Amino acid sequence: MAADTVPVTGWGRTAPTAARLIRPRTYGEAALAVRDCGARGGIARGLGRAYGDAAQNAGGAVLDMTGLDRVHAIDADGGTVLCDAGVSLHRLMQVLLPLGWFVPVTPGTRYVTVGGAIGADIHGKNHHVSGSFSRHVLSLELLTADGDVRTVVPGTPLFEATAGGMGLTGVILTATVRLQPVQTSLMSVDTERANDLDDLMARLADTDHRYRYSVAWIDLLARGRATGRAVLTRGDHAPLDALPPGTRARRDPLSFRTSRLPAAPSFLPEGLLSRTTVGLFNELWYRRAPRARTGQLQRIPAFFHPLDGVPHWNRVYGPGGFVQYQFVVGHGREDALRRIVRRISERRCPSFLAVLKRFGEADPGWLSFPVPGWTLALDIPAALPGLAGFLDELDEEVAGAGGRVYLAKDSRLRPELLAAMYPRLADFRALRAELDPRAVFTSDLSRRLHL
Amino acid sequence: MKDAFGLPQSLLVLGGTSEIALATARRLIARRTRTVWLAGRPSPGLDEAAGQLRGLGADVRTVAFDALDPAAHEDALGKVFAEGDIDMVLLAFGTLGDQAHDERDPNAAVRVAQTNYTGAVSAGLVCAGALQTQGHGSLVVLSSVAGERARRANFIYGSSKAGLDAFAQGLGDALHGTGVHVMVVRPGFVRTRMTAGLPEAPLATTPEAVAAAVELGLRRRAETVWVPGALRMVMSALRHLPRGVFRRLPV
Repeated sequence: MAADTVPVTGWGRTAPTAARLIRPRTYGEAALAVRDCGARGGIARGLGRAYGDAAQNAGGAVLDMTGLDRVHAIDADGGTVLCDAGVSLHRLMQVLLPLGWFVPVTPGTRYVTVGGAIGADIHGKNHHVSGSFSRHVLSLELLTADGDVRTVVPGTPLFEATAGGMGLTGVILTATVRLQPVQTSLMSVDTERANDLDDLMARLADTDHRYRYSVAWIDLLARGRATGRAVLTRGDHAPLDALPPGTRARRDPLSFRTSRLPAAPSFLPEGLLSRTTVGLFNELWYRRAPRARTGQLQRIPAFFHPLDGVPHWNRVYGPGGFVQYQFVVGHGREDALRRIVRRISERRCPSFLAVLKRFGEADPGWLSFPVPGWTLALDIPAALPGLAGFLDELDEEVAGAGGRVYLAKDSRLRPELLAAMYPRLADFRALRAELDPRAVFTSDLSRRLHL
Repeated sequence: MKDAFGLPQSLLVLGGTSEIALATARRLIARRTRTVWLAGRPSPGLDEAAGQLRGLGADVRTVAFDALDPAAHEDALGKVFAEGDIDMVLLAFGTLGDQAHDERDPNAAVRVAQTNYTGAVSAGLVCAGALQTQGHGSLVVLSSVAGERARRANFIYGSSKAGLDAFAQGLGDALHGTGVHVMVVRPGFVRTRMTAGLPEAPLATTPEAVAAAVELGLRRRAETVWVPGALRMVMSALRHLPRGVFRRLPV
């Protein structure tokens, strides 16, 4: 079990702090690491895709869980998998797709672990149909601060604190997850353009229920009448008969092939993503999308994980890194969403990865992010002048509308706003105080926001 | 913890009555800072400064600290770190001395050097150790352009700042990769009590401008910050002037 003091950051590459990085290879080693993590505690880390400081622990231990990466059992008839927390969704797809199964929920990257997916209670393009990841978890094993390994099942307080609990209730060791049956590894995708924000919201509200997966890329640099123009891509797993006969895809419908370009180099300078370059990109992206196209067959990576094709794409933002801002406001608060989109557009934030989605029902996790309503996610270079104050203003707008920001992406929220955004925060704190009185499980996020 | 923009939630000021430090504290309290420690010699001025910052909504405490008593630094500052993480230490104490007088009074000159240099070496090392243990934090050191090249008019002060500056640079390199960030701030002539009555140098600036530059430097995780920024070029030129020419400059 190697331990090394190294600087650690999230995917946004801001606020590095140093921690002892420990990579347990067995449950026993994980238990030892938790027992010996010292006064500054420890936190589990998966593949480091949380944007902010959720998987950092300054001066303490960070448990790199990717060493626990075994898939233990697959029920190919019932559609469940039992695997270690360090198994990535990429690996699960490789293993499961040939058997006709798919992960129940995938975010915009396959390179997250099952443990991280539960800890952040991630959502995907199918949230309006399927809910968050933890809704599909049948049980999990949790290593708690006292050294015990507990079997945790849905419906219990410990499960609801752990789902979305950012790793602060313990270290997830294994999970049993219910799967989604598929006939092919291709997606049947409908694409359409929306002229402005109202058009976009109308289209999403009217026809989202027809699709299992739905998301809209939104051009936040468009101004005036085009404010909020967007490209909607919605679809479902293609049925076998949608594949043209005689093609390779038809002969081998469940093959899962991925390809990756060379990694982004580490020396990219600041300022590549400026208003000009992002504005140009957005214009092209909008123009090249068809006005309306139905039934296009796409591969899973192209539909769900386009950025995974470029390893280390986060380096494009340069050494200063970037901030991801994702919030949700409930149905009926479309006014707040419109105001925020207008402010971002007027502010000319160079954001080329902005997406808007309608969430379905809220999830049971106490700190789970989704609530029924509208969620907008955008990336912004951290070096943009005045960004800190601007995002604080957006927070006020979001909190005022009864909304919240997503902890897995946060790196800068004012702690005072947290309780208003997450009404079950007091329950979460109380459970932690009882389960882990010495705060063994601690992260930079939990220190910053007093979780 | 510092956030993505390098903004600290807790601040320890060494030299708690420094106008630059207080301008910086005011600016940071308006952002994220909620806990402030003001370290300095107990005085009505220190309490008044604490009161002012409390008025801005921060939880402010004072701690007795004397740059000239390095033996006590470990205890005094250790107490502060024992109360909780410090996200940013602002090393702001210093004295200008009186060049003409101090040239005739070596003991007074040594006090300038002890305050600005050896006091900072001791306090800087104590804080660096504590920051390294917590695995994060910024140590912001107020140096001066006067340390960049010694001038006839204030070489006692200038030499002490030169020592401090070199110390802080080396410390920053030593702490690279430990999660601790050291930032050297080199202001030019700043209009404060310390410089009141002195003839103003070109590119003179204000404590508020230094505070703004510190905030920007934190966001960029800068290692060196000049205030105003133009001084970087000016001093780069002055540094290379031949001695004979430099001596004759009216600065």
